[in-house]
Order: sequence, then C-alpha cells, then structure tokens
Amino acid sequence: MRLINQRLSRPAILALKLAPFALVIIAYLVGSAVRLADNPADKLLPAFASMADAIDLMAFTADRRTGDYLLWTDTWASLKRLGAGLGISTALALCIGVAIGIFPVARALLGPFIGFVSMVPPLALLPVLFIMLGLGETSKIALIVIGVAPIMIRDLSQRVLDLPREQIVKAETLSASSWLIAWRVVLPQVLPRLLISLRLQLGPAFLFLIAAEAISSDSGLGYRIFLVRRYLSMDIIFPYVAWITFLAATADFGLDRLRRWLFPWSQMEGGT
Amino acid sequence: MIITRRIATKTLSTLVVLGGSLLAAPAVAQDRTEFNVAWSIYVGWMPWGYADDTGIVDRWADRYGITINVTQFNDYVESINQYTAGGYDAVTVTNMDALSIPAAGGVDTTAVIVGDFSAGNDAVFLKDGESLADIAGRPVNLVEFSVSHYLLARALDSVDLSERDVSVINTADPDMVGAFQTSDVTALVTWNPMVSEIATLPDAVQVFDSSMIPGEIIDLMVANTEVLQENPDFGKALAGIWYETAALMTADTPEGAEARAAMGAASGTDQAGYEAQMAATELFADPSDAVAFTASPEMGSTMDLVRAFLFDKGLLTPGASSFDAIGIALPDDTILGDPENVKFRFTTEFMQMAADDAL
Repeated sequence: MRLINQRLSRPAILALKLAPFALVIIAYLVGSAVRLADNPADKLLPAFASMADAIDLMAFTADRRTGDYLLWTDTWASLKRLGAGLGISTALALCIGVAIGIFPVARALLGPFIGFVSMVPPLALLPVLFIMLGLGETSKIALIVIGVAPIMIRDLSQRVLDLPREQIVKAETLSASSWLIAWRVVLPQVLPRLLISLRLQLGPAFLFLIAAEAISSDSGLGYRIFLVRRYLSMDIIFPYVAWITFLAATADFGLDRLRRWLFPWSQMEGGT
Repeated sequence: MIITRRIATKTLSTLVVLGGSLLAAPAVAQDRTEFNVAWSIYVGWMPWGYADDTGIVDRWADRYGITINVTQFNDYVESINQYTAGGYDAVTVTNMDALSIPAAGGVDTTAVIVGDFSAGNDAVFLKDGESLADIAGRPVNLVEFSVSHYLLARALDSVDLSERDVSVINTADPDMVGAFQTSDVTALVTWNPMVSEIATLPDAVQVFDSSMIPGEIIDLMVANTEVLQENPDFGKALAGIWYETAALMTADTPEGAEARAAMGAASGTDQAGYEAQMAATELFADPSDAVAFTASPEMGSTMDLVRAFLFDKGLLTPGASSFDAIGIALPDDTILGDPENVKFRFTTEFMQMAADDAL
C-alpha cells in the first residue's frame, strides 16, 4: 500500500497528535532531572513542582509590595495594549484598505505609500517612538499599529481588487452609486477576510507588544518576562510563555468562530 | 499501524536520549587546561578586553600551561546567565548580582578579584528638583532589581523615605539617555556611561550618587568555586592578568595613556571620557589595597545591606524565609547566613599572591 493511502484508526491519529507534545515534555523532564541531580538549585530547567509554586506565587498570592495578583494585572495591562493596538489597526485596515481597493484617487494617493511604510522594520523605529511619544502607553500601542496595520491594509485592498470586475459592473447597471457599491457589494465580501487577516496578525502583534514592554513598563506579560530574566527565573518564564501561547491560541480560535458565526457563507467559499 | 507505533517508540527513545544529553551539557572535567571567561562593557571591566587584545591574557595562561578564552558580551545579564548555566568558568559581575543570580541559582561562586568599587559611576537624577527629598511621589525610571535599584533604596533611606513613596518604572539601560529627554520622565537612576551623558543635559540635577555610599557597589571577577579549587592555576592566571593590566592602565606613561585611549574607544568614548569614568571609580591597581578592602569588616556590613535588599525584593531564592537563606563566606572564614548553604565566597588568596609577588 502506498503511504499516501494509509488509513489510520482513530486511536492512532490521537496518539500521533499527542506524540510531539509528549516528546517535548519528556525531553524537558529528563534534562531537568539531570541538571537538578547535579545542582538542586538549578534555575535553567526547573522541575514542574517549582513551576507550580511560581504559578501559585504569581497568580494566586497577593504581591507583598503592592497587594496585586501579578499574573492578572500583567495580563490585563498587556491585553489592554494589544486590544487597543489591534482595534485601531483593524479600523484603519477597513477604512483605508477598502478605499484603496475601490477609489482610484485613494489608490494613487495611498497605495504606494502604504506599500512603502509596510516595509519599515517597526522595531528599528522603537527608539524614535519612545522619544516622540514618551515612554507611556501611547508609544506601545503605536508600535503595534505601525507593525500590524500596513500589512492588514495591503491585504484587504488586494482582496478588494481581486473581486470580480463583473460584480461591480453589474451593480452599476442596476444604477448603484459608488458608496452603495462599497457598502453593499464590497464590504460584505471583504469583512470575513478582515477577521482572517486579524487572526494572522496576532503573532506579530504579541511580538511588538513584548518588545515595547521590555523597554519601559511597570506591568505587562513582556515586562515580567524581561524583568525576571535578570534572575534567570525560568520557573516564572516558562509558565508565562505558556500563558501567552494560550491567550494567543484562544484569540485565534475565537476570531475564527466569530467569522463563521457572522459570515457563515465565507466558510463555503473555502475561506481558509 | 503497528509499524507506526514501533517507529514512534523508537523515535521517542532516541529523542529522549538526545534531549537528555543536550540539556545536561555542563560537567566539570578533571585536569582541565581550557577555561572560558565572560566580560561585559563597563569602566571597571574594560581591562579584561584590553588584556585579551594585547596578549596579556595569553602570556599569563602560557605561564601556567593553560588556555583562557575571553569573550565579550554586549548584554551584561546574559553573560551572568551564561555563567550560571555553566557555559563559562568566570564572569565579571557586581557583588549584588553575584549573590542574586549565580549564588541564588545554586552555583557556588568565589570572588577571585575585587577590582574596584563605584564612587560616582551610579547616580540619581531629577528634573525640576533641588535635592533628593523632591523625589517623593514621582515615577522613577531605572533597571529594576539592578544596582540602580539598590542605589535608589539606599538614597531613599538617607532621607527617611521608602520605595512606597515613589513608583518604579523598569526601563532598559540603553534607552536611559533618550528617556530622560522625554517629558514624562522626571526622575531616573542609572550607571556610566549613561551618567556622564545625562549629566551634560541642561535640566538634569544629580541629587545622589554612589560616592555617598562608598564601597557598597563592588565590581568583581568571580569564578566557579569547584573549578577554582580543582585548578588554582586558573585563579593565579586571572590575578596575574588583572594586576599587570591595572598597573599599566593607571601608569602616568605614554603606554598608560595609550591603554586608556584603547579602553575608551572600546567602550564608545575616548581617552578623556574614559578617564572621567575612572575618576568615579575606586580602582584597586595595587593588590594590597584590594586585600585590605576585601578583608575589612565593612565588607561584611555591605553584604548584610545587600542581602537584606535582595530578600526584601524576593530575589534571594523563591522560598527563602529570611535573608540567611544563602551563606556568604568572608575572607576570615566568618559566615553570614546559612553555614550549610554557602554559595558565595570572598577570598584574598589570589590577590595576596599578587601582593607578595608569588604568582
């Protein structure tokens, strides 16, 4: 039998799905045990028990100094920045992206400019942002917007340009105005794509958030990781990384469900 | 399916072995002849880079029949973490970070060379303020949990304030100079070379610096105690390298000026800039001065202040119930803290050899 025709039973599929996760965990446990046997206070690969202690300390014990539960205040601070950054980016992508796609004036005015701006490496701009916008929340949100919005705008405008020209012409023969076409023909078709585009930008958005928080902050998930990195507290860093991954995966899943619920037809077009 | 499962088991066992061997890298070999030293850019540590460039390192290593690889790190914390993880045998570090990173991480660490202490290299700056007391109620930008944080705690102590009276904002050290020029930063703590940059800004008022707590922020060359005990020649070579270079760089000769110019260039300034930083540093070029300083009773009281600070910040070890959790051995064999868990040692052994010309 050819490999491509191999049929797997359900338990086999499940086992294969879990295998890579199990492998990573086992490799970690072995490495950790070896290092801890050598030096019981080793910080590089802490045992799961000390990670559990760290989680308890960060998430369920009030901080001695401030009385806050650090994991939750960090999460809240980061999600606010992320939400603001992605919200602004999405709004910009919708307005500018659709405009570039259907209005020749907007396309000529902004198309090449956005294309150019999207090539600026945002992290290289970080020192400029901090000096221009200060060290507060504005510069962190601005970094996310600068990193994410141009890509989303380009993606969305391309999607508008890809719409069959016949649809537009047909609407015109039915005497629709430019605005009506934008509203009734273009918008419904690109909204699902906007959500997909947003999903794909979750990873970069987290990257920019953490980079901004590492430079100057007093709370946030990235702030905490870079702070305890100073003390090689991998028992805190590993759970934080897992938590960030979980948050991103949840947001990804949630946005996908939202798209299917709002635009059930987009699933039938095979909308990735 | 059976085949799949067998392959899976096989891959699994291979990976476990691979993972185990990869992660279990640091092992102390006997009779080693090759040693790795990490250093980072700071006024008191520039001599290590200069000694490496000019062959002083190789000369001393050859004398003891060993090889010493000197590596410069652009990131200070990363160099300490690499040392703690076992990748390096010795590293340049401050007394506070040596206690909180390698010692708290269970790596028994010995201070081979007490190179200098900060006497103005670390400073507190204010905008629109006359004296330190004006810091009350302000946000303070600094690298949290660093010697800057310690300096702030000591500064606040001196005017009967505490950290509750300010709010601390963690800020990366390369961005300090830029940060001070933005309007929302009104108080800041940092170290050199940023201190000399910020001091030239028109609205900066320097209200406190490390010369007001002399001898508390100490720059060391530390080595893994186990490696050092098995290979005392490594310690001797380090002492030889340090005192030859220190004598050269403090000499009022053309060679000395050239060394200072080279170290200035390597740290991003010039000879004059470097000499200004040296003026804010109490460098022990004479080994007998270093021995006297290390063996003095003040060393014990300094480390008491440092470990109390670290315990207060929860940095000594996660579960530490008191600041006695980690033992610190002083040169006269008195031990601060837990005698069963000594992880940080001061010794005058190698510096004394240099003083006695016994290297």
